[in-house]
Amino acid sequence: MGKVTGFKEFERKDETYISVKERILHYKEFTVPLKTDEVEKQGSRCMDCGIPFCQSACPLGNLIPDFNDMVHEKKWKNALEILHSTNNFPEFTGRLCPAPCEQACVLGIVNPPITIENLEKNIVEKGFENGWIVAHPPTARTGKKVAVVGSGPAGLAAAQQLNRAGHLVTVFERDDALGGLLRYGIPNFKLEKEIIDRRIAILEEEGIEFKTNIHVGVNYPVEKLDEFHAVVLCGGATLSRELPAKGAEIKGIVQAMTFLKQQNKRNAGIDIETEEIFATDKNVIVIGGGDTGSDCIGTSNRHGAKSVTNFEIMPKPPVNRCETTPWPFWPLKLKTSTSHEEGCDRNWLISTKEFIADEKGNLKALKTVQIEWVIKPGERPVLREIEGTEKIWPCELVLLAMGFTGPETTLSEQLGLKTDFRSNYQASETEFQTNVPHIFTAGDMRRGQSLIVWAISEGREAAKKVDEYLMGYSNLPTKGKGDLIGV
Amino acid sequence: MEKQGLYLPEFERDNCGAGFICNLKGEKSNKIIHDALEILIKLEHRGAVSSDGKTGDGAGILIDIPHEFFVKNTTFDLPKPKEYAVGMVFLSQNENQLNFFKNCLETEIKNQGLAVLGWRKVPVNKTHLGTIAAKNEPAIEQIFIGKNRLPLTENQFNAKLFAARKIAEHAVENSKLSDRKKFYLPSLSTTTLIYKGLLIPEDIRNYYTDLSNPDLVTRLALVHQRFSTNTFPSWDLAQPFRYMCHNGEINTLRGNINRMKAREELMKSPIFGDDIKKLFPIILDGKSDSACMDMVVELLLMTDRTLPEVMMMMVPEAWEKDPAMIDEKKAFYEYNSCIMEPWDGPASIPFTDGNYIGALLDRNGLRPSRYTVTKDGNVVMSSETGVLDIKPENVVHHGRLEPGKMFLVDMNAGRIINDEEIKQKIVSEKPYRKWLNKNLLPLADIPYTGNDSPKEEIDLVARQKIFGYTIEEINTIITPMATGGKEAIGSMGNDTPLAVLSDEPQLLFNYFKQLFAQVTNPPLDGIREEIVTDFSLAIGGDRNIFDISDQQCKKLKIQNPVISNADIDKLKSFKHPDFKSVSISTLYDITKGLNGIEAALKDMVKQAYKAVSEGCNIVILSDRNVNEHYAPIPILLSCSYIGSQLSKMGQRSSFGIVIESAEPREPHHFATLFGYGASAINPYMINEIIRQQIEDEEIIGISAEKGIQNFNKAIAQGVLKIMNKIGISTLHSYRASQIFEILGLSSAFTEEYFPNTPSRIEGIGLYDIEKEIFLRHRSAFPPIKIEGTLPLNIGGDYRWRRNGERHMFNPTTVSKLQQAVRTNSYESYEVYAADINEQSKKLMTLRGMFEFNNLDPIPLEEVEPWTEIVKRFKTGAMSYGSISQEAHENLAIAMNRIGGKSNSGEGGENKNRFRKDLNGDSRNSAIKQVASGRFGVSTNYLTNAKEIQIKMAQGAKPGEGGQLPADKVLPWIAECRSSTPYVGLISPPPHHDIYSIEDLAQLIFDLKNANREARINVKLVSKVGVGTIAAGVAKAKADVILISGYDGGTGASPLTSLRHAGLPWELGIAEAQQTLVLNNLRNRVVLECDGQLKTGRDVAIACLLGAEEFGFATAPLVASGCIMMRKCHLNTCPVGIATQDPELRKNFKGTPEHVINFMYFVAKELRKIMASLGFRTINEMVGQSQKINVNKAIEHAKAKGLDLSPILYQPKTHKPLHNTESQNHELENVLDFDILRMGHPAIYRKEKMFLEFPIKNTDRTVGAIVSNELSKIYGDNGLPEDTLNLKFKGSAGQSFGAFATKGLTMQVDGNTNDYLGKSLSGAKLIIKKPDEATFASDENIIVGNVSLYGATNGEAYINGIAGERFCVRNSGAIAVVEGVGDHGCEYMTGGKVVVLGKTGRNFAAGMSGGIAYVYDEKQKFRNGLCNMEMVAFDPIFEADEKELKQLIKNHFKYTNSDLAYRILDDWENSFSNFVKVMPTEYKKALMRLEMENNIKTATV
Repeated sequence: MGKVTGFKEFERKDETYISVKERILHYKEFTVPLKTDEVEKQGSRCMDCGIPFCQSACPLGNLIPDFNDMVHEKKWKNALEILHSTNNFPEFTGRLCPAPCEQACVLGIVNPPITIENLEKNIVEKGFENGWIVAHPPTARTGKKVAVVGSGPAGLAAAQQLNRAGHLVTVFERDDALGGLLRYGIPNFKLEKEIIDRRIAILEEEGIEFKTNIHVGVNYPVEKLDEFHAVVLCGGATLSRELPAKGAEIKGIVQAMTFLKQQNKRNAGIDIETEEIFATDKNVIVIGGGDTGSDCIGTSNRHGAKSVTNFEIMPKPPVNRCETTPWPFWPLKLKTSTSHEEGCDRNWLISTKEFIADEKGNLKALKTVQIEWVIKPGERPVLREIEGTEKIWPCELVLLAMGFTGPETTLSEQLGLKTDFRSNYQASETEFQTNVPHIFTAGDMRRGQSLIVWAISEGREAAKKVDEYLMGYSNLPTKGKGDLIGV
Repeated sequence: MEKQGLYLPEFERDNCGAGFICNLKGEKSNKIIHDALEILIKLEHRGAVSSDGKTGDGAGILIDIPHEFFVKNTTFDLPKPKEYAVGMVFLSQNENQLNFFKNCLETEIKNQGLAVLGWRKVPVNKTHLGTIAAKNEPAIEQIFIGKNRLPLTENQFNAKLFAARKIAEHAVENSKLSDRKKFYLPSLSTTTLIYKGLLIPEDIRNYYTDLSNPDLVTRLALVHQRFSTNTFPSWDLAQPFRYMCHNGEINTLRGNINRMKAREELMKSPIFGDDIKKLFPIILDGKSDSACMDMVVELLLMTDRTLPEVMMMMVPEAWEKDPAMIDEKKAFYEYNSCIMEPWDGPASIPFTDGNYIGALLDRNGLRPSRYTVTKDGNVVMSSETGVLDIKPENVVHHGRLEPGKMFLVDMNAGRIINDEEIKQKIVSEKPYRKWLNKNLLPLADIPYTGNDSPKEEIDLVARQKIFGYTIEEINTIITPMATGGKEAIGSMGNDTPLAVLSDEPQLLFNYFKQLFAQVTNPPLDGIREEIVTDFSLAIGGDRNIFDISDQQCKKLKIQNPVISNADIDKLKSFKHPDFKSVSISTLYDITKGLNGIEAALKDMVKQAYKAVSEGCNIVILSDRNVNEHYAPIPILLSCSYIGSQLSKMGQRSSFGIVIESAEPREPHHFATLFGYGASAINPYMINEIIRQQIEDEEIIGISAEKGIQNFNKAIAQGVLKIMNKIGISTLHSYRASQIFEILGLSSAFTEEYFPNTPSRIEGIGLYDIEKEIFLRHRSAFPPIKIEGTLPLNIGGDYRWRRNGERHMFNPTTVSKLQQAVRTNSYESYEVYAADINEQSKKLMTLRGMFEFNNLDPIPLEEVEPWTEIVKRFKTGAMSYGSISQEAHENLAIAMNRIGGKSNSGEGGENKNRFRKDLNGDSRNSAIKQVASGRFGVSTNYLTNAKEIQIKMAQGAKPGEGGQLPADKVLPWIAECRSSTPYVGLISPPPHHDIYSIEDLAQLIFDLKNANREARINVKLVSKVGVGTIAAGVAKAKADVILISGYDGGTGASPLTSLRHAGLPWELGIAEAQQTLVLNNLRNRVVLECDGQLKTGRDVAIACLLGAEEFGFATAPLVASGCIMMRKCHLNTCPVGIATQDPELRKNFKGTPEHVINFMYFVAKELRKIMASLGFRTINEMVGQSQKINVNKAIEHAKAKGLDLSPILYQPKTHKPLHNTESQNHELENVLDFDILRMGHPAIYRKEKMFLEFPIKNTDRTVGAIVSNELSKIYGDNGLPEDTLNLKFKGSAGQSFGAFATKGLTMQVDGNTNDYLGKSLSGAKLIIKKPDEATFASDENIIVGNVSLYGATNGEAYINGIAGERFCVRNSGAIAVVEGVGDHGCEYMTGGKVVVLGKTGRNFAAGMSGGIAYVYDEKQKFRNGLCNMEMVAFDPIFEADEKELKQLIKNHFKYTNSDLAYRILDDWENSFSNFVKVMPTEYKKALMRLEMENNIKTATV
């Protein structure tokens, strides 16, 4: 398998981006794909390891060496078959996954790892290009009906798997369009929405029924779910974390999701009914140094912000992998996203103390303090402010991107479901079954905010359990054991 | 001794010394007896003594019936010689039983119409018996039987005696009397008489006082002494047997016995009439291989065949591929192959019927047999030369028995008949070729008339699922075979669960483990020594063995019995009066489950019985046409069951089994099917898969036919290799030989379906097997086809995959272990160890099923410190070459720092590592390995060892050799291995100086001479019978015995070899411990264990089962950075471990601390366990298996049936359970001490000296101790040339000049035995015909087999012919010799050899380096004797000529050789007769080196 000396002959080459100057003028994806023969070369760098740590690190259990080899062999269709056997939506993960697989890649010990994520994207895009990805409705139906609540990656994956097992699946989405955070959370410049649409079209053709604008428990009584033999809740972990600082009620302090969703709707040509928020010509401060924060930075720059500043309460991570997170574990290291490259001032170990309004009650500035973390062995690190480091930052827009605290409680309360100590819906990682036997839950709603790749994985695994619950056995695939454990 | 614990008596093995002496002139004397016994005494180093120091493994002597002696010493009248028979009878000491036995015998003699003339008590002197022998001593009498005035010919009389004895034996056996096993007749004959017993050779004549009586005279005497692997020998198994004795081992015994049993169905003979049924079984139960063979020889002598003919039939020479053999002889062998399969294995067989005395050597020539004919008419033959003092001037001829050849003396005619003459006479007696032409039909000659096989209704993918195919299997196993005709290569050890512990449905094949040769017999090299192998089979019904007619060869001959779909169609549709086939389906109704499968099996037997009764002689078992309702019975089960059931029904001999199955795909699968009786196998699904692969362009560039042919060829080679592992050369004798051990099947199941195959720990039965079939079958027919899944499972046996088979080294364990050692974190180690140890839920190993028991905690501080414990730790043998210098030295430094031991592996070691580094670290590996390639083994290498390990087998691939491809033999690797850069290196499967246990004892002795301070360690691989082998090795005086598990690592091996040979160490170490303790040998040796040891718990279990030292290989490598790429064989290891690529080597990040941390963690975990169990020291803990019990909490369904109590068995004894004393190597009488004493000025002051000594064959390994002392002083420089000149007169013992270093010149005027100049390290050896001798040097043998094996440097001038395998693996020595036997210069990698006379066959096989010049006067050499696979005949350039001439001049100077003189005298003419043998790879390498040198000089 693979080209034995490929890793010695070829260097890692990933896709490049069109220039910052050009790309901030629009909201389209801005990657420059590699030529096919270059991608095939990249596939040949795979060493076909005796233990593919990549597969262990991938929450989906993608058969990475196997599809790499197929790419190297120019057998793209076979590669697609292998990729699809563990991953319903490689077009999402191929664009958006932080790729723990690449961090666990054995070649990464000595050289830059294989471009696994990009290979994935190339495989699936070749599939769409060549018309290889078409609907495969099940050959028979079981007569069982399953409701999936939520159309994010977890819900969609669960729905497709359950449909494949022959069950009749209905997906409920409270928004006006399908995809959950993929649709309205992630900016178009990272995921153009046609990518979602073309996949949904296939799912529909396979026989899945989608119902938008239905908010179960709000405009759709939960009792109506009784007509389903099983229910899978994939509602996500949508409660945003608040910033409990003085003046948090001032106008101009906005949750990132509100800001990003508006722009996504605007891009889709959908009217925005609430007040529109723009970063144009403003000094923007994005609080939170994660992916959402990064998305806010990219969007603000596209709006034409005067300045963009980013705060992160944690220390600046090292540029390279550090000793405490050795290979193959997920490294704590500085991540500079494409949005960061588009322009922003990044600040670490900084905490916001107070928001300051102008006379009209609009945000004018905020006050911060530098902090440090006091670490005692066996105890949780404690935050301590450093005296005399207060600073005033003039700003007109603050975007709060500090993550999510957990799922909404509408469904758990109405359905009588237990939640765990982190307010997630309670179900085990292997069974996905809630305390109400026919109700299952998967994705962020079960595990708390996480990656798309985990959402798809949970959706798939939960589907198998639902199938087993309904039929007494299941032929649906599972990723099997072997998740790479933590550091 | 009875079966107990893991010890099974049937695995006793023996090897021996044997010989005979006879007088051609027919002169009788008592001296012959004494001379013959003298031979045995001189061969005593080839025998063994039990722990009582007195009981030998058995010895005996066969002589003429001493008529005059008996006339004098009996009270009754005796007829004329040959008119009566004498029987030597072993009886019970209990008078009542004794009388009963005598009565039985007398009754049967009378029933045959013969008369008992009387009995004579044989006088014995018991004072010489050892305690063990005395306990079993029988009463011994002689019976005299007359013809009772019947007009009987000699043959008729013999037949009656035979019948009487056989029937009496059965009667006694059926009597159930307690001493029935003692009843035994060593001989019953009109011509010969045997005295034998559990005696050491000296004591035979002391015990049997008859033998010292001067009246007792004979013309001939055949003697034998036994070296058995264990100490449970018995009186009756002492040799000689009635017609023969045997030095060797019959590997195919089980098959031979089964086939003989089947033949009984058809036996008919007018001489026995109705009595014939009473003779059965011909082969009695529970006898040794030699005894069984003798019983068949006896029977065949009753079929009107002569003794030489019988021997030719049972032990045929390698006729199949010999272009030089005359057709008549080939026809004889081919004809007889239709009647009898070879009794295959290494064997030197002296035989006699009183009229003829002779000997025969097996086709491989793996046993030494030398003979001397004297002017006064004596012929002396024995395993060694020089056993009797014969004056040189009295010698007519020194000869040796050649492979496959016979040596015969006609006592009545008083002459020697040579091989050609005897055989010519025998083969021309019948028109064998005509018979064959008429009746033997090659399958290839049958026309193909189109496809008759029924079409499959189910698509291929579904059927693949039913038969459990995975994508991995197709891509990594099948495709490479179809593409390249060879098996795919892999590396690292197997860390997946045993079949019985796997959660994945397993094929039945996976429960069978191949047995392999180690110590007691050698594995073969079927690739380099292909001429002795044969893979063809003949199918069809057998006939009455008493018939010698054309009917016998009505058989179908198949050249490669792995056959294509077209071939099976031929078999099905072929119409012929002699052949009729029937197809029997092996499917069962899946809905009926277990009952369904049982019913189907019974029904198959019924169908087969009926068909065979109606004249079918080909039974095709077919699993075609599976569907939703019908699932396949494992084909191996069907095959074995049909065979064993029809055998029970008395119908097995009239048909052959042909398999048509989708199941077999790996060589192992095919090997098991052949092993359980299949005669041809059609893997029809493989044919389909290959077609599909070609259609899908997975395989390109070949046609489907070619792909299938390639696959079939690859399988044939793979099976051949499996056969060779156990030392079997022909498929004909492998068939039905059942050479497997079952692991994980219940005894109820095996007794029913696989009778006679050992299965020691129970396991699952048909119920669970059916469940596994059901699971596979169900997966093929899902109610709804799930989209988005792969058609087949991805696999994961050879590489880790989620959803695939579980591996112990997986992402979690590797990453946690590396984290632990790098950050010195015991917490991380605990995560790692827990993952490996906590196996109750995910059981992977047998030790996983154990839990600690009988805890008796003590404070942790009382346990010996970790620093003491790690001294017992070793790292595994990994050669420099297989791993990088960085990785290799890292292990050495780490182990030296903590006082443990690292192992050099088989790659030599750079001498600059022998000195300490400036910082105090030492890169010197404490253990130096000696393996079959002998790479880098020199006196200096051995001198720098603390322990020397003889690698008998390797866990990953026991019984196989190895190979280091040319491009990996970089200059720095070549230097350590004393070989030429860029010349590929091959390790042969066998050590060419260990074909038997006595040879191992010799090598141990050699190495002990080479370094008296070093412990000698013998590495064995766990298998059934390893305990008895270990006992033998302990008796051979090893200091340490290592038992390796089957799952150890390797740098390269065929993928499928990694999994199917050998057993887990739990079984091996326990069996070794139990057997050694039972034999009171345990205290003499240190027992070591390795094979995937990973944690302190692993070590604790190994210790409780009997181990006191522990080896780790994979785990310390992982600690050093290995991430189990399993790419060691590709030189692409990205972390710089298993690679020589300078760029990749830079990636090595391991440090000694990493390895030390690992050892520390393991010791720490171990100490906690020791404290909880209550052991303060390892010594207290060894063998205390009562501290283990089988974990009751096992959840694993399949594991529930296992019974591990035999592993935990403790022999009831108070003998020590661990090593308490050291071996007595008896070095004190070695000649070298005299040399050291007298040669002091030369050795210490480099003064030139000349010394002279007499020498005899018991002076073994002369020169090694002197060289060891020189190495200690001068390293590998030795002394200046010709400083110490030693001259010896007589016959030198084995290993003369072994390891001899520079500055020594050692001359023998006389001759030498085997292993002359073994690992020669620079000395000059001169072996010269004595001046007084009158024979021609180039027609007489002067040195034995395997001379200059692994020589690295030095010169040898040999004034005569050398035996087989001259200069095997020579890498630097220069030798001139006047003739060589078969396989000369095999595996040679360097040096120069000049052969001035005849060569045998297969010269230069596997020769990758060095140059040979052969004087080929008769052009025989260049026309067929040289194996041209790796060499070419090159022109002799001027420089060559000069060198050649100089070498011959030297030869003349040193030996005064007539031949050398003649050649030199007429140089112009003689020069043109020389052929230069040049390895092609060597030539290229020399050119490359020259180029590199030029570049170097140019840049300088």
